[in-house]
Order: sequence, then C-alpha cells, then structure tokens
Amino acid sequence: MSETNKFDFEIVIGLEVHSELHTNTKIFCNCTTEFGGDPNTHVCDVCLGLPGVLPVLNKKVVDYAIKAGLALNCKIAEFSKFDRKNYYYPDLSKNYQTSQFDLPIAEDGYVDITVDGVNKRIGVTRLHMEEDAGKLVHSGATISSSSSSFVDYNRVGVPLIEIVSEPDMRSVDEAIAYFEKLKSYLEYTEVSDCKMEQGSIRCDCNISLRPWGQKEFGTRTELKNMNSFKALRRAMEYEIERQAEILRDGGRIIQETRTWDESKGVTLSLRGKEEAHDYRYFPEPDLVPIIISQDWIEGIRQSMPELPDARKQRLVDTYGLPEYDAAVITSSKALAEYFDECLKYFSDAKVISNWVMGELLKHLNASERSIAECPISPEKLSDLLKLLDKGTISGKIAKTVFEEMYETGKDAETIVKEKGLVQISDESAIAEIVDRVVTANPQSVDDYKAGKERAIGFLVGQVMKETKGKANPGVVNKLLVERLNQ
Amino acid sequence: MNLHQLTAHELHGLLKNKEVSAVEVANDVYSRIDAVEDKVKSFVTLTEEIALQTALKVDEQIKNGEAISPLAGIPVVIKDNMCTRGVKTTCSSKMLENFVPPYDAFVVNRLAEAGAVMLGKANMDEFAMGSSTENSRFFATKNPWDISTVPGGSSGGSAASVAADQTIYSLGSDTGGSIRQPASFCGVVGLKPTYGLVSRFGLVAFASSLDQIGPFTKDVRDNALVMNAIAGHDSMDSTSAKVEIPDYTSYLTGDIKGMKVGIPKEYFAEGMDPQVREVIQDAIKRFEELGAICEEMSLPHTEYALPVYYIIAPAEASSNLARYDGVRYTYRAEGAEDLIDMYKKTRAEGFGSEVKRRIMLGTYALSSGYYDAYYLKALKVRTLIKQDFDRAFEKYDILLSPTAPTTAFKFGEKADDPLQMYLSDVCTLSVNLAGIPGLSIPCGFANGLPVGLQIMGKHFDEGTLFRAAYAFEQSTDFHKQKPRL
Repeated sequence: MSETNKFDFEIVIGLEVHSELHTNTKIFCNCTTEFGGDPNTHVCDVCLGLPGVLPVLNKKVVDYAIKAGLALNCKIAEFSKFDRKNYYYPDLSKNYQTSQFDLPIAEDGYVDITVDGVNKRIGVTRLHMEEDAGKLVHSGATISSSSSSFVDYNRVGVPLIEIVSEPDMRSVDEAIAYFEKLKSYLEYTEVSDCKMEQGSIRCDCNISLRPWGQKEFGTRTELKNMNSFKALRRAMEYEIERQAEILRDGGRIIQETRTWDESKGVTLSLRGKEEAHDYRYFPEPDLVPIIISQDWIEGIRQSMPELPDARKQRLVDTYGLPEYDAAVITSSKALAEYFDECLKYFSDAKVISNWVMGELLKHLNASERSIAECPISPEKLSDLLKLLDKGTISGKIAKTVFEEMYETGKDAETIVKEKGLVQISDESAIAEIVDRVVTANPQSVDDYKAGKERAIGFLVGQVMKETKGKANPGVVNKLLVERLNQ
Repeated sequence: MNLHQLTAHELHGLLKNKEVSAVEVANDVYSRIDAVEDKVKSFVTLTEEIALQTALKVDEQIKNGEAISPLAGIPVVIKDNMCTRGVKTTCSSKMLENFVPPYDAFVVNRLAEAGAVMLGKANMDEFAMGSSTENSRFFATKNPWDISTVPGGSSGGSAASVAADQTIYSLGSDTGGSIRQPASFCGVVGLKPTYGLVSRFGLVAFASSLDQIGPFTKDVRDNALVMNAIAGHDSMDSTSAKVEIPDYTSYLTGDIKGMKVGIPKEYFAEGMDPQVREVIQDAIKRFEELGAICEEMSLPHTEYALPVYYIIAPAEASSNLARYDGVRYTYRAEGAEDLIDMYKKTRAEGFGSEVKRRIMLGTYALSSGYYDAYYLKALKVRTLIKQDFDRAFEKYDILLSPTAPTTAFKFGEKADDPLQMYLSDVCTLSVNLAGIPGLSIPCGFANGLPVGLQIMGKHFDEGTLFRAAYAFEQSTDFHKQKPRL
C-alpha cells in the first residue's frame, strides 16, 4: 500500500477476535443464549456457579467450532481439552473462565485477503472455545469510581470462539480486510450472527512498529474496547501515530494493554506488563477431554456451505463478473444470496451486479439498513431491470423508479404506470421535439458545427428535459446527429 | 428394642413385616440423638420435620401393601457438603453459614427416591479440608469411643453419628481419606468408591479430580445396599462413568478361597503405631485362614503420594473456592471500601486458617514460573502412582493395608502441626490419586480404640472389595462392638 511506503516505520498488526456462537443454549447448561432479556433471567444453578454444580459440554459448540476451524483452513485437533483461566472479577460467576489453553480445538489455518488488488495470506494461529462472562452495570463511570455495581449474568456461559491471528498484517487496511473476511466466514458458516453492536463479535488488536528492514518485532501494545469497524480503524490509526511519535523522539514503547476511548478518540493505558494477570491455567477437572474422530470432522465438512472465496470464483467463472464485483457481492453472505436470487428472475449478471453494487448498496448505506432489511426484494429489482432491458424505461428513469421503490416498497410497473414514465421511442414524436430544440438553440448548433462535439450533450439534455426524461436517449442521439449534419 | 442400634437390612425386615413403623424408627433414632448429641456433636443441622414426613409416607406405602426399597424408611445423615434443597448446606464454614441450595445433590435425590429418611446434616472439617473435624468453623465432633479423641476427618460427623447410633448410616465424601480414616477411627465401615462411580453433582467441590461420595455403615451388607442406591451414571456430571452397576449384595458370599491379596510393604513404614501394626497383621492372618493367598509386595511410588496430593488437591481447591467472594450467596464482610477490599475482608473472615493455607499452597503451585516444577510434575508422578496399582492388580485381586497409621488422636495433638495432620492420611491418599476404590472395615482395637483395615481394589471392582470385607466380617465381631457413651 502506497501510504505505508511513505510511513517511516513498518506496521505489524495481529488480531484476537472473539465471536459468540449462535447456538440455542449455553456452552455448559441449558439456558438460552438469546440477547437481551431482563437481568439475570437467562440463568440457572450451573451458569450462576452455585456450590456443587458441574458443567456439561454442549456438543453443538464443538460442532460450530470445528466448522469455523475448517472454514479458516485450520487443522482440527483429535485430542483437545478445557482449562480454567483463573481471575477475580464480579462478571464471572466462578471467578474462573472455562477456556482452552495449550490444546485448542483448531490450529494453524489462514485467511486470504485482497487489499488494493494485492492478494495476501494471513495466518490463523489458533481457534479455541470458551465461555463468555456477564455484564456489570456501574452506578458511576467505572467500577472504581462507583459506589455500587449491578451484575447481570445472562451472558455468562454463552459460547465463544477466540481466533488468534499471526502478526501478519502490515497496515490498517489489511487488518480491517482480515477482520471483514473473518466475519464473513463466520456468517457464511452460520456459526455466529456477528453483530458487533451487540458484542457478539469483538476484536482486540496487537500493534507494534519497527524500522524498515528490521527482523525483530518492536514492543507491542494490545488495544481493547473497539465496538465498531470505525472504532477499530480509528483506534489502530491513533495507536500507530502515538507509537511513531514516541519512536521518532527516541523513546521506547511500553508493553501494555490499552483501551480505546471512543468519546476522546484516544487509547489509554489500562495495565502494564507487571500488572498483567497470572491466570494460573490448569486442566478443567470437571470436564473430560474432547476426542474428535475423523468421521465427526468429515460429517461437518460435508455440511459446510459454499465459502466466500469459492462463491466469488463461481461468480467470476460462471457469469464473467469482474473479480472486484464478485468480491464485493460475496463479502456478505446475505448480499451474495440476494444476488443469486435476482438471477432466478433476470439473466444478465453484470447488470444485476451493477445495480446491486451501485444503487442498492448506496441506498442501504445511506439509510443504515442491512441487506436483510432491504425493502426491494430480488424479484422486484429484477422486474425493474426487465423494464429497463425491454426499453420500456430509460436508465435515468430506472434510477428514479428505484428510489420510489425503495421509499414505498411498490413494484416497478405500478410506479411506471402511475407516473407515466414509459419511455418514448417513437422517432416521429421525438423528431418533432428535436426540431424545436435545434431551432431554439442556434448558438449550440453553431458550436457543434465548429467542431465542439460536446455541444450535442447540451442539446440531448434539452430534448430529455422537454420529454421529462422519458425519451429514449439512443433515439434522441441518433436523430440529433442526423438533424445537425443536414 | 433399640432400633437405633440396628442395621438397614435388619430394619428393612422389621418394616416389611410391619413389626415397626418408619415413624417409630425415626423417633427412636432422634431420641438417641437427644441423648448423646451433647457429647458427640455430630450435627450441624437436624431436619426432624422432613424426616417424619418421609417416614409417614413410607409407612403409608407399607400400609397400602406397596413394595418398598431396601432403604425406605431407614434414617440417614448427609455430610454438610452435599446440597439439600431448602436445607442449609454450610460445609461447616462461616462462608456458607446461611447458604440454602435450590437443588438436591444427585445422591440426595437418589436416596429420596429410595424413601430414605434424612435426619440432618453432619459436621465436617471446613470445606472437607482436614483429618480431625477440628477445622469445622462451628464446633468439633467427638469420637464416640473416647470423647477426648477426634473422630477423624473430614467426614467426622458422618462417621461419629453412625458409631454413636445417632443414625443407621450416613454419606461422606473422600478426597484423600475423608471417609476411610474417620471410619477407621470410629470403628465403622466406610467406602471411597471408584472415581466416577457416584455422581459428584451437588457435592460442593474441594478437589474435583479426587472427590468421591461414599457410605458409612454399621456393616458390609449395608454398605453394599447403599451403593446399590447411589452408584450409576449421571448426565449432569461429565466425569460420571457409564458402567453397568451390579447388585453389590450378590458379592456377599463369605467365600474368598484362592483370592490373591497383596500387602504393600510401603504402608507399614515408620511412624506406624506398633499396636496398630499388630492388629493389621492379625487381620491378614485371618484372611489367610479364610483361604486367601497373601503376599508382601511393593507400590514403589507410595512415598510421593503425600507431596503429589498436597499439590494437586490445593491447586484444584484454590480455583474451586474462588467463587466464594461475597458477591452472591456467600458471607459478605461489612465495611469494605471497594471491590478488592470486599474480596479480601470476605475471604479473610469467611474462611478458616486451614482453608486459607490450602488456597495459598494451590495458588502458589499454579503460579507462572512454578507450574512446571510443581503442578505438572505432580500430574506426572500421579500417573506413576496409578501405574503402580495397575501393575499390582495384574497379579492381585485386592491389596490390604492399615487405613491409618494410628488410632484416633487427642484433640489439639496435631492441630498446630499441619504436616503431622497430613501424615494421618498417608495410607489413603494414593487411592484417590489412582481413582481406585478403598474400603475401611473394623479389624480390631489398639489402645482401646478401633483400628481400620483398608481394602483396595481395581477400578469399578467394588464387588470384590465387598466380597473380601464380608468374609472377614463374618468371621469376626469387631463391627458389632459399640462404644459406651
């Protein structure tokens, strides 16, 4: 990336992504994993950690972890186990988190990303299963400045996977691309609903800088508390600049955990290396090791849906879409499905792709809606494209109709009829207007004849204006040229 | 008739034949409790109302001619670290002084289904950490044979209540000897089943990879009957084994001719009371007379059991006990300034010194920089100890040893010396580390106090232990002797 080349240090980034698994019940009990709910209503003796209770592993969690591991090209461990990660905090009902330490369920995978047309492979070090913690609601801003805090254990025991990348990313764009790709994998495999705003996918970021050409990594900091893609980008950009300034002044980076302060737009020190927790990991004695047979893995492999890369390639190979278009459309599973659905009603893939990537995404982004909330169904969009294809309406009118469809949810044909937007292709009708426009604009006619070809654009515009945009632009152009060359 | 002195199988016969009612049995046992509880102090909580309700229900069933299970209408006492719905479960700790579980432990459930009459909850060393029941935060339980001596621990209340005829049988838990050692000190039968045979669900965890629940009874037949009721798979306990549960009473044949018996020489080491040694040697002779083939053998890694145990058990405990922090259902200290202060004050006041000692030992053993040298090494040696037993059981059906190196000791004798206290479990720890079953039966007296014989067996081979124990018991009358209270 050109910007990086200008920068005086090489950027090194690794990401740790936590994603809630979309199972119906929690990892070690039968409580629902549903988001929301009144505080402490999605709890039982087991997830509350009452004395004497024992965890029982939800098999679905293992299925999902295997699925995610396969999607990320990981090796699935035949023998894996849970460990206890010990630390005191009131959002943990047992004051330890059941997690995986030295024998994670999946290791050694990768994710391919494309940034500015350049392909790159990012290593995935490991993927492991663990339980989520609860939520604290403080009476003040932080736990230390509050006179009281409330604890909501609804989220305790919701299954998580943690995916740790290699420190392979060399720019903010690469890190964002990796995270986006990872998110799309988890969505495609339906192991997580990846709602960042609900915290069902979270991302911590390790960043360090080093002089160009140096082999050893610089001292890194770990960033936490980024709750959106925008926050992730801003936090990384801020931290890179913060570290660079220190290094330029001949200073040294302190290894520490820093938290992103969204309102101030800065990263703040949370705890240093010395204050880092000693988690005293040891094997969880209440659970037996997880033995995963090849049959189990194969069964899940068979049930895997088409993944983004394969789907993208299919769009390129089958429909001749440009790589870029195919990548955008397959970046989200829902969008790719929308596209495929359109193809059932309308056969020109490139036209569909233009409209999906253009008008559709533009409107969705502007109204902050997801594709699932799109008011225009694939069938309705296809109907619009058919009207355009038949020449019933012009491209310009089609955009107006699209807007109306997006606002009202009506279908294209109704709008075209109601508003009388049918395209005028009748040459005699258009010729009349062309005559009138040419007579009224002698200056433009002279300009055209003097070789200023651009002048024809103005005249076309005038004809379109007269017809309220309904004239077939091809016919207008043809008749104008004939008329001017007489 | 002194109903409280009888065994479960004797009472079952009387109940079935309508010679006595379950309410009469319960009332008789409660009278006995009234008479001797001041001296023995076995109970943390008595549950007379629940007991009489259950007894009435059983009597109703008998009246209606319904078949009743062998434990129906029979009084039982539960160690106070097994959860009982609606009844305080304190672990004899200030920390859980007012904890009332909303659910029953698996074993409590099983016994309730069998119609057992729960008399109350038994005193114990706090969180099952100790060998004398002196570590109860409430009071010490006395040995019915000599109330100036300890009943053993940690299941001291469970053992003493059976020995003092304050109940017909009881449940205890055994992490390093907490059933067998008090059974030995109190002259009753106590079984630590194979790890995984009895569900731990609802047992307040001390060291999860070692804890097992088992019965204290007045004879071997009762022990087999209780195991029939509480053994078996539980889907709520991932470490619960899926094994076929036999009728354990079918092993009570009295015939042990040709049984191959190993006598591990390491269990007769220095520090053993010479009188205890003599009693054990007599017991071994009795086994030979009954037709068993006894042979001295070696379990070479025995000496490491104590250090290994005192790394693994405290390590697990340090994590298991972390949840008692003042945030939810536990004791919470007053006047804390902030969260950390609340944690510190709550745990400083809520836990006794032995519990704190073990939490510190365990925390240290798991700390970064020490993990490999302590915890990991201990796990490896644990495997060696297991292998000792695997090898032994290729050749022998059972192994015999003393349950404890001494008889019951005086109050205060070891209370200030944790290492001396830990040594009183030296004969029982290996069994937990290996996960095998161990049974302690009365085998004589030394210094006027009961001596226990430990019978160790293969994984899930409780049947053979019962066979051996029953044959011995039939040829002796130690189990029939009663303390004078």
